[in-house]
Amino acid sequence: MSNSFLIILGINTPLFAALFSYVCRYNNNLRDSFGIIGGLITFVISLKIFHGIQNNELYQITFFTLFDGVDFAFKVSALGSIFSLVASSLWILASIYTIGYMRGAGEKNQTRFVIFYSIAIHAALAIAWSGNLLVLFIFYEILTFSTFPLVGHKQNAESQSAGRLYLSILVGTSLIFFLPAIFWIWLKTGTLDFQDGGILMNKFPAEYLSFLIAMLVFGIGKAAIMPIHRWLPAAMVAPTPVSALLHAVAVVKAGVFSFLVVVVYIVGPDFLLQTKSSDWLVWLACFTIMASSIIAITKDDLKARLAYSTISQLSYIILGAALASSLALKGASFHIITHALGKITLFFCAGAIYVTAHIKKVSDLKGMGYKLPLIFFAYTLGALSIIGVPPFIGSWSKFYLIMGSIEREFIIVAIILGISSLLNIYYLLQPVVIGFTQNSKKEIKLIKAPLTVWPPLITGLGCLVFFFYANYFLNNISGVIVN
Amino acid sequence: MFDIFLDDAPALVVVLPLLISAIIAFMPSKIWPWIISIITLLLHLFLSLHLLKEISVSGLIIYEFGNWEPPWGISFKIDGVNIGLQLLFSIFVLVSTFYSRKIFLNEIDYRDSGKAYSLWLLAVGSLNGIILTNDIFNLFVFLEISALASISLIALGAGQNRKALLAAFNYLIIGAIGATFYVIGVGFAYAMTGTLNMNDLVIQLAQYSDGQLAIFAGMSFMLIGLMVKAAIFPVHIWLPPAYSYAPSAVSTLLAALATKTILYFFVRLLYEVFIIYPSYLSLFLDFVLYPLSLLAIFIGTVIAIYQDDIKKLLAFSSIAQIGYITLAFSLKDHSGVASGFVHIFNHALIKGGLFMAVGYFAILYKDRVTLNSLKGFGYKYPITSFALLICGLSLIGLPLTNGFISKLYLFQALYTNQMYFSIALVAVSSALAVVYFWKIVEQMWFSEIKFKSEKEDAYIYLPIWIVTISIIVFGIYSTPIIEFSNLSADYLISGYQN
Repeated sequence: MSNSFLIILGINTPLFAALFSYVCRYNNNLRDSFGIIGGLITFVISLKIFHGIQNNELYQITFFTLFDGVDFAFKVSALGSIFSLVASSLWILASIYTIGYMRGAGEKNQTRFVIFYSIAIHAALAIAWSGNLLVLFIFYEILTFSTFPLVGHKQNAESQSAGRLYLSILVGTSLIFFLPAIFWIWLKTGTLDFQDGGILMNKFPAEYLSFLIAMLVFGIGKAAIMPIHRWLPAAMVAPTPVSALLHAVAVVKAGVFSFLVVVVYIVGPDFLLQTKSSDWLVWLACFTIMASSIIAITKDDLKARLAYSTISQLSYIILGAALASSLALKGASFHIITHALGKITLFFCAGAIYVTAHIKKVSDLKGMGYKLPLIFFAYTLGALSIIGVPPFIGSWSKFYLIMGSIEREFIIVAIILGISSLLNIYYLLQPVVIGFTQNSKKEIKLIKAPLTVWPPLITGLGCLVFFFYANYFLNNISGVIVN
Repeated sequence: MFDIFLDDAPALVVVLPLLISAIIAFMPSKIWPWIISIITLLLHLFLSLHLLKEISVSGLIIYEFGNWEPPWGISFKIDGVNIGLQLLFSIFVLVSTFYSRKIFLNEIDYRDSGKAYSLWLLAVGSLNGIILTNDIFNLFVFLEISALASISLIALGAGQNRKALLAAFNYLIIGAIGATFYVIGVGFAYAMTGTLNMNDLVIQLAQYSDGQLAIFAGMSFMLIGLMVKAAIFPVHIWLPPAYSYAPSAVSTLLAALATKTILYFFVRLLYEVFIIYPSYLSLFLDFVLYPLSLLAIFIGTVIAIYQDDIKKLLAFSSIAQIGYITLAFSLKDHSGVASGFVHIFNHALIKGGLFMAVGYFAILYKDRVTLNSLKGFGYKYPITSFALLICGLSLIGLPLTNGFISKLYLFQALYTNQMYFSIALVAVSSALAVVYFWKIVEQMWFSEIKFKSEKEDAYIYLPIWIVTISIIVFGIYSTPIIEFSNLSADYLISGYQN
């Protein structure tokens, strides 16, 4: 199989999955199975590409020219291979989980849900493998539009206003800041292609670079840096599979991935280090980390708490990109994987608790730990990984980020990262503590939904196991940063 | 045998529709006027293609009526500036005429069919005249014919809603004021120079090289008159009611082409004639057209957000889009003028497509299309709705649609002129466009009411999809539009630089 065909197949498999789901919409089991099959196929392809990138193989395909110097083209970068691997592997588990959740919770319009879910994955994969910034932008928008029906899935007033907020912030920022920034880059350099070491050096006026960085970081609203974070908690009205795969993995990671790609392949870390134009962003990211952690503590709704935790964790990646040193970038890239694995576990658990016991609030969890031991076990694994306790995979990325901030002599940043870990311990482990220590008196009827239990267990154990195989990923990541 | 006709092709594209319109005016049949119109417009397209062929060989055609040499006789001029527009005009008119049949049958009494198509062809012929004429008084004549034809067409909407009469009357009064301003300006110019021919006017005006108050007054009158006709903010007030109460087919024709042809003549007058007074020109462009364009863009978009009536919403969005075009034209350089032409082409397709789709909805809903009435249409009429979605995304300017190409070249032009404030404003208002468009999409697909899909009429959705596909095609393969626009800008700007 040729490399370019692999790309086409990989990107379009989710679309075919969507199509087949529609065709088989009257047979629920068949319909939902296409998500799993599609996930398996894209996973195998992503894995093959991931290995290919390690062996310096070239994966690219150009379809046609859009305008001067910009083609409609895909080209897999080292960073892209990581993102696609994460998205496709978790898609398999999320598809299994979706079956359990949607049927357990008795949601309506399941066909529409499955279809847009697949289209969103398609967009995420295309973002991962895009060959230039404009193609990335196109699929960035498709991702926004395809997740809108998922956010507004319940079709009541609350979800409609949430959907409106979601769309207006994401599309609005992308059109006001991101697209003009892309135009700006194109006007200065005549190209938008991703190249190792960036394309802006010697072509872009250094004094305006911090302004461009601001346009990019606020334009890529999916990265959810404050003050452009409101859409993420709002999006939590969606069914949990959406929150799990899309708002902990595909969508938000597409955001930070886009920003990382811009830093690594467009601006170039060297250029950033020379001009120090992103140093202000370090502080904004730190502010977001702290502020959202504090907000998370105040949230009693489990999903809202996890949403603010996600905002905080995304800023770790922005922070790494803003530091732009090789260790920090390594940490940021690796954090895409570790946070995805950890946070999807937590969301899976939150959804499983909702389906089995209809509990949404942390304070209602009293004594649930004894009734749902497996779910709480998985939750604890995920939480420990996000906190960054060894031997969980999350400790690696945090380690690299702290090293990176010390390398850049931002000692305060390293301290802030430490404090943030402490806050993480408080708000992520509090549900576990409540679940196991206090006995509740009232009886709660439990609904059995085994399909929602196994996926978090797998990802939770993955957090533990992959700690020992971190080098497997780090090999590719080292290829990203050529300092 | 045909050669005799082909030599007169520049005249025929205008005269043929005008002649046929007289013939079909009193036809009592409901189908024949349409068939004859279609045949006429096929011939029209054929003639336009012939003109394209001629232009690609010779580069310039001056057609003298009755062999009266200019400056005495009336002449038409076809060159790189207007040939692209001529083609677009010809093709779009054909498509919208094809679309118009079922729409007219639903919206007006079938006995009026002959009159409607007579007026339709009258509008087509006169608008085409505006594109081709090389004579400033002849332009006035065409302006008046097209205005009267469109006013009567708008008034045909009275069968649906009596407000159409008021809208038509508004247009009549305001349009007449605009035309009067224009013709007063022409009077001034004629008094000073003794000529009406545009090429000759340039030569004659050159003798007043230091400028004279009378000439400046005349020029100002002409420009203001044209601004009224082109619905440039703040003299646009006739446009929203006129577009929204006219029969749907008529709004399609007017929204896509009427203002565009006048804008074309406007820019041609600026850069071909008034160019000999550069200080006056830059005064007008920098202190009148430029700020007004920015206001149009912003205010048009904001008002559109608050509209409940979809046709009105689209009309206000047109005001903003005309603002984009005039903003580009106010830039005084090649990139600006070229991007203005790019947007003339692209916006004609986008707005045409949108009005077509909404017009069809009006017929299906059998009432005015408001936001509320669109509930569930995405499921009920998926084919048309999907076309509307694509046109709307193009209006916002997403990549892979031709609206994006427009934005791209506009940004480039603004950037090379270092107009960063305008860039920010254009970016903000294109984001605001998402708001009003998304209100529509939300109603269509994400409201609580659901319907089973119903059958749609292929005679109506085929033309809509032709336009929609062309939007995507020109979004991906934009070379033809870019080349025509660059050609137009080359012709116009070469004058400026000399």
